[in-house]
Amino acid sequence: MSRKMDISRRDFMAGAFRSRNAALAATGAFAWTHVVDSSRGAGDSLRPPGALPEPGFLASCIKCGQCVEACPFDTLKLATAEEQRATGVPYFEPRETPCYMCEDAPCIGACPTDALIEETPIEDARMGLAVLLDQESCLAFQGLRCEVCYRACPLMGKAIRLELRPQERTGKHAYFLPVVDSASCTGCGQCERTCIIEEAAIKVLPLEVAKGRLGEHYRFGWTEDARISRDFEAPRNAPDVPAWGEQGLRKLLDDMDDLSGIEEP
Amino acid sequence: MSRLYEHRILIARRATQLSILGLFWFGANQHLGVLTGNLSASHLFRTIPLADPFAVLQILATGHLVAGTVLLGAAIVLACYFLAGGRSFCAWVCPVNPLGDLAAWLRRSFRISGQFNVSRHTRYGVLALALVVSAITGVAAFEWLSPIGMIHRELIFGPGLGLLVIAGLVLLDLYVLKHGWCGSLCPLGAFYALVGRRSPLRVGFDAGRCDHCGDCIVVCPEKQVIDFKAMAASASIDSGECTRCNRCLEVCPRDAYQLTLRFGRSAAKHPEEGEHHATQSAA
Repeated sequence: MSRKMDISRRDFMAGAFRSRNAALAATGAFAWTHVVDSSRGAGDSLRPPGALPEPGFLASCIKCGQCVEACPFDTLKLATAEEQRATGVPYFEPRETPCYMCEDAPCIGACPTDALIEETPIEDARMGLAVLLDQESCLAFQGLRCEVCYRACPLMGKAIRLELRPQERTGKHAYFLPVVDSASCTGCGQCERTCIIEEAAIKVLPLEVAKGRLGEHYRFGWTEDARISRDFEAPRNAPDVPAWGEQGLRKLLDDMDDLSGIEEP
Repeated sequence: MSRLYEHRILIARRATQLSILGLFWFGANQHLGVLTGNLSASHLFRTIPLADPFAVLQILATGHLVAGTVLLGAAIVLACYFLAGGRSFCAWVCPVNPLGDLAAWLRRSFRISGQFNVSRHTRYGVLALALVVSAITGVAAFEWLSPIGMIHRELIFGPGLGLLVIAGLVLLDLYVLKHGWCGSLCPLGAFYALVGRRSPLRVGFDAGRCDHCGDCIVVCPEKQVIDFKAMAASASIDSGECTRCNRCLEVCPRDAYQLTLRFGRSAAKHPEEGEHHATQSAA
């Protein structure tokens, strides 16, 4: 350690502790903290698969864009300065390009900081949760046969099921209502991408936005022996398709897929 | 031809800056695998990890552990910049450097004087604050706002309003703070100044050739590092704040400056050792 260095360090320390500088530093820290806290974004950004929960993700993402480069579908983008999002952090907009859930998840493999961590299989990723936000514009709720989101879902029948309900208006038809199961939905957004109406009726929301939380003190009489977990996992063996039964529904949909006998124009 | 020769190192620097930016751009947009990522973290040839050690330090300051990949990358970059003179990052790699140089050139050409001067030590304060604020907010505080990051990312991954920062930095340097960003405020420059304190790669100085014309001081972006007395004793510029831009070397009419490699301690405090080095470099 050279003498020259010792002197400059002493000078530096003396300077730093001068009250004016201390006041400046405190003001700077306060202002800087405020600017950071007020620019975290609205919390509505969807993160790549395998992302840590938001606070950990924002802390450890180094904004290098290697996940963006690795994504074969150009799904991921880095937020630019004018967006109401944490700048430089990757996100995706499913209505534009959803996550196509590559089995090898190249985005996760590309992350150097483990802000994205391995989710195997990719079906275990939880990027968000699809929510049928607007029943009033969803065609299925008008009694029309749409089911496009159901068929676009990579976990068709699991993450989005169809629930059948009698259609009172005609008295002889059924509603085919898409229902999302939070236990299976990855938040990939392929449903939101394909929703055929002008503005998607089904949208993927970050889990923190989409999920409610049941107080732990609730005990339901009819599930006495089942533990109510914080995540509210659906009880096993719950009946899901009451009216027709799963088999009937499958047959119906298979019949619809069977195009034999129809000639192409 | 001679004008080109006089600017040979400046041209080499601009070419290096542009090539690195270009390799990142082609990596992100054409999947050319030479450099993928950006200056925050990347891979060289898709195998060797590289990372900004200051960014990693801020992440660690938030209390989050990061993967080994990025720690290794930061160590590699740290070692390289230690050997290559610390702030050689500023002069040869950083995309903001041409802006600072542009502002300085405009100020010289049109005799524009900045309104305020702040101490060049301010950057060390900003460096310390960046780590403190990272710990408070739980995110890497400088990376969160860094104009370097914004410009660099938006050039590579697609433009946004962050590119306005380019104009902002030039105007800041030009009309508000003289040598404002690169010379006084940037904590990354401060970080690399600390890294380069003991770097073996320095600008060597031959006091016998110097006639004190001061041409070097005119072009130097960190004028405080040119201290003829100290340089005569140690035969080199021994400050971490020297960006190793080598402008002094190419403008010196008497070739008093030479790029030198010197291992071991700074010669400044041991005059006899300094002489030893001086004779060595003369030999």
